[in-house]
Amino acid sequence: MFSGRLQEQYTDSTQQSETAQLGMWVFIATEVMFFGVLIFSYMIYRVAYPEQFRLAGHDSFILLGSINQALLITSSLTMVLAVRAAKADQQRALVLLLGVTAALGLAFLGVKGFEYAKDAAAHSVPVVDYIFKPGEHRPTEIFWCFYFVATGLHAIHLSVGIALVLILLVRASQGAFSPGYDAPLEVIGLYWSFVDCVWFFLFACIYPLGRAGP
Amino acid sequence: MSAVDIGMAGAVPRSYLGEEYTLASWLFTRDHKRIAILFFVSITVFFFIGGFAAALIRLQLLNPAGTLFQPEVYNRLFTMHGIVMVWFFLIPSIPATLGNFLLPLQIGARDLAFPRLNLFSWSLFTFSGLWAIYFIFIGGNDTGWTFYEPYSSNFANGHVIVAAVAVFINGFSTIATALNFVVSTHRLRAPGMTWFRLPLFVWAIYATSIVMLLATPVLAMTLALVAIERFWGVGIFNPVLGGDPILFQHMFWFYSHPAVYIMILPAMGVVSELVTCFARCPIFGYKGMCYALISIAIIGFFVWGHHMFTAGISLTSAVFFSLMSFIVAVPSAIKVFNWTATLHNSRISFDAPMLYALGFVGLFTIGGLTGLILATLSADIHLQDTYFVIAHFHFIMVGGTVSAYFGGLHYWWPKITGKRYPEMWARYAAILTFVGFNFTFLPQFILGYLGMPRRYYTYAPDLQTWNVLSSAGASILAVAYALPLIYLGWSLFHGKRAGPNPWGATGLEWRTSSPPPKQNFPRTPVVTELPYRYDPRDGSYTTQDGVHFAEPTLGEASV
Repeated sequence: MFSGRLQEQYTDSTQQSETAQLGMWVFIATEVMFFGVLIFSYMIYRVAYPEQFRLAGHDSFILLGSINQALLITSSLTMVLAVRAAKADQQRALVLLLGVTAALGLAFLGVKGFEYAKDAAAHSVPVVDYIFKPGEHRPTEIFWCFYFVATGLHAIHLSVGIALVLILLVRASQGAFSPGYDAPLEVIGLYWSFVDCVWFFLFACIYPLGRAGP
Repeated sequence: MSAVDIGMAGAVPRSYLGEEYTLASWLFTRDHKRIAILFFVSITVFFFIGGFAAALIRLQLLNPAGTLFQPEVYNRLFTMHGIVMVWFFLIPSIPATLGNFLLPLQIGARDLAFPRLNLFSWSLFTFSGLWAIYFIFIGGNDTGWTFYEPYSSNFANGHVIVAAVAVFINGFSTIATALNFVVSTHRLRAPGMTWFRLPLFVWAIYATSIVMLLATPVLAMTLALVAIERFWGVGIFNPVLGGDPILFQHMFWFYSHPAVYIMILPAMGVVSELVTCFARCPIFGYKGMCYALISIAIIGFFVWGHHMFTAGISLTSAVFFSLMSFIVAVPSAIKVFNWTATLHNSRISFDAPMLYALGFVGLFTIGGLTGLILATLSADIHLQDTYFVIAHFHFIMVGGTVSAYFGGLHYWWPKITGKRYPEMWARYAAILTFVGFNFTFLPQFILGYLGMPRRYYTYAPDLQTWNVLSSAGASILAVAYALPLIYLGWSLFHGKRAGPNPWGATGLEWRTSSPPPKQNFPRTPVVTELPYRYDPRDGSYTTQDGVHFAEPTLGEASV
């Protein structure tokens, strides 16, 4: 994926590059199903226990979630700007933008880790350390299960994304990409934006709960 | 016309088998043909492991007292049989072996789009397979292959998490292979190979891959949640902790019903190839066959609830899923009618692949029609969880898929290995498969009708006659499945050399040498014809790159 050499099954590099992008789109389709079923089952319980989920969601840290939302949206911007820089053959800008993208991703993970620590301090970790607050029953624990499973899986996906961007960074600093060869940037950029999109949905599921109305 | 094949012009290029002989050249190959062989070896091992478990199950059920195994052992036995057969044989069977080998050849490509991903898929499969073998050696588990909640997370004995991990990793292999097939079909077709010139096998693999891509991630997530729930004791599906076990069933069957189509669609593709070639007649209703494959793939996503009629779903949703289950039978029926219509006024030769294919059509029809009985709400109340269900899905998966797999294996054996198999032995095996299969599973319809529940290690004494019949049939079936292993193995060393096109078939895979060179075609073929241009009047045929040939000599000549 990271070498510009034309593989034997392709007739030209355009075909090779477009095929790589199609491959990533198909992979994203499977990822949509993967996260989709998780969010769907979350919704089932959300509808089944609206009051309990409202109470549980109120204990999440919306400020940290919002900061992370901002970090990831910005990182998607720098990622597409990196792709544009490669197309315009701006090598220095390309390296810089990839570096910023990876740094924003790492910052997200840092904030997330901090948030997990605060969740633990608030006794919101199911089974391990969970204290029911007044009015809370079993279903609030289910909310927190989904919280940890969904954000944990998202963090794993983001870590993979950061690793890929760092590989791109090394290759870019060696001058591997040019306007004629930017397929890996396009492909990993797609993945990065997808991981960003997943956070949109997780944010909407987790943080606003219990904060509307009186 | 010219008898010069594309691959035959000039010196015959070295075949993919003769490129290199080291073990590393196999284990690290990126050639789709070699990876197909790797998959073939892996799944054959699992076929016989799963088959061995089946043999033990039938031995246990010879006697109503169930004295051979303890009940706990019996539970683990059928669980192992199910898990191994579903995920480690049936799902990869045709796509990962024949599909991997043939899809690039049939679309006229030099390889799949992502050869490294293809090898990675096999590595994942083998890794998950080693997990599965480890799972068997440490004693398996007793949940059944369905992992039903809350039993699997809170009450089951055995190694549920190990099994879930094996299936989870296996799923990534499925996804990787399917992704490769979809992208290759879209992007790597030879010049002139339009969508409606694709062989039906490619259409079938394409439709299957779409189902794999959209269904498998759901299973991965579901099993991940089961493992998390069992490991940490949280209550995602456990009703005591506020969870909903029916939600688990919805999620599981959202994958596992489409998984049935993952198993049967490739088989339909194989049979379409075999029926036309040995009837020397174009397929009846080619486009209808394409649309039928795609509609089965789509409608197959909306029938999962028929596994849950007795689980406590609402009447409204039960009626919906019942109706959808009837509707999905329509495209399947279209396919059966088209295969039989293809045979009309044709020149049938009963070579072994054709015998397997005809066996498939008969067994699939029985399996499909009994599926309609089960889709009927009122009948399903009585037949749910009985041997009627067991017989029904074995007719589809074993009578259907395994027959087609063996048929395809014989048909493409000369292409894959460059050797002819002994025809008479193969015909015996094909007939024995059909006889043994019916012997084994027809009595199970009656057992189910009489009320024998599935998954029990014992049964009422008055049902023994049918059970003995079924077990006797299983022993015939075992011979029928072991036979090809022997004579196909023999043919590798002593078989006659096969020409590029021993059956006189029209697909591009027959327009290169047998076995094909590493690059598949010395130069990229240009497609000008529809597939299956056979002429039933004189048996002549026109290949997809537009070369006309006289009738080939089939059957006896190859013995």
